[in-house]
Amino acid sequence: MIETLQQRVNDDQGLVRRGRYLTTSFLLEVGATPWLISIFEGRIVSVTRGPFVMPSSSFALRASEQEWQKFWSRRPPPGSNDLLALIKRRTLKAEGNLQIFMSHLRYFKEALAKLREGAAA
Amino acid sequence: MSARFEPITGRYMHLDLFGRPHRIYVEEAGEGTPLLCLHTAGSDGRQYRGLMNDARVTGNHRVIAFDMPWHGKSSPPAGWHDEEYQLTSAQYTTMVLEISAALGLDRPILIGCSIGGRIALHLALEHPESFRAIIGLQAGAHVDPYYDLNFLHRADVHGGEVCGAIVSGLVGPDAPDKERWETLWHYMQGGPGVFKGDLYFYKLDGDIRGRVAQIDTRRCPLFLLSGEYDYSCTPEETLAVAKSIPGCEVTIMKGLGHFPMSEDPQAFMTHLLPVLEKIAGN
Repeated sequence: MIETLQQRVNDDQGLVRRGRYLTTSFLLEVGATPWLISIFEGRIVSVTRGPFVMPSSSFALRASEQEWQKFWSRRPPPGSNDLLALIKRRTLKAEGNLQIFMSHLRYFKEALAKLREGAAA
Repeated sequence: MSARFEPITGRYMHLDLFGRPHRIYVEEAGEGTPLLCLHTAGSDGRQYRGLMNDARVTGNHRVIAFDMPWHGKSSPPAGWHDEEYQLTSAQYTTMVLEISAALGLDRPILIGCSIGGRIALHLALEHPESFRAIIGLQAGAHVDPYYDLNFLHRADVHGGEVCGAIVSGLVGPDAPDKERWETLWHYMQGGPGVFKGDLYFYKLDGDIRGRVAQIDTRRCPLFLLSGEYDYSCTPEETLAVAKSIPGCEVTIMKGLGHFPMSEDPQAFMTHLLPVLEKIAGN
């Protein structure tokens, strides 16, 4: 499912436009499985499944598979509906150079919500 | 298409607060029992546009909302450019009482959301005689910081973008898009460091956990209404406050988030109108 992120994000012209000054790679960890996601000027250029030996990334978002499943459900319950809600409950760890994450917070929230059931591509 | 005007009028009030001249924007609509409205951190009085445009409220209430200094159309005081804005409990209390007095309000009903809901608890405790009833929206006794607040005010992160994005998930899932994005726009328009300065009160200075149980609802009725999807002030936190105060009435609003009066005015009204009726009945 995570692989579909590339097309779901790139098909949203508004999202890509808002990310036009964003070029970075970040790690998305779903339980024990890491994914390396590379973005160039707002477009996702690759989504690669780990494990990795020495992944280079600007920051990492780490949560259990169960927490991500709730976040990606069609109507997430209270406390699971937003990345910051997960962070508030200490179930999502954001680590690394968070200036990149926070300066493009709307982009990352909306990009990851693209994996939600029923979300428009 | 012909123009249509809302029944809201706005004025600028000049008032000394904390020993300094201030220029404060005040909006109002309706006639009757004064209903003084306090906006959330980093936003402004436009959050109460729904109440001011609803004849069920304005038919028997004078609804008043002011923009706090530094917010909306109120200016920061002269000299602001060399200062760091930080809201304290003492300043916030003084501001509400002095603006209410300057407007000549006779024991208004107070309604405040988030930081406004927090100061509502402070006022219920310390100045119950000044209000005929207090309504706290998204009111908790304390919130621990859950992100690095410094990101709200640093030159390499756009303040408007980050403030809007920080709070976007606090809007409930059923809010109409128009009202959701109006609510977020207000956040995107905040001045540099203002949201962060408000959160100094919300997350540090305004902690009232140790004293909230001393609120005496016989001196001033207290109603707490909180949205189900608020993860900043959770329903559990509001319920805990309500449980500790005898006589406090509490409602958890299904589907709503942290900005009920602004994110979904119609849904919010189904919860607010019964409270206003009850206050009128008392």
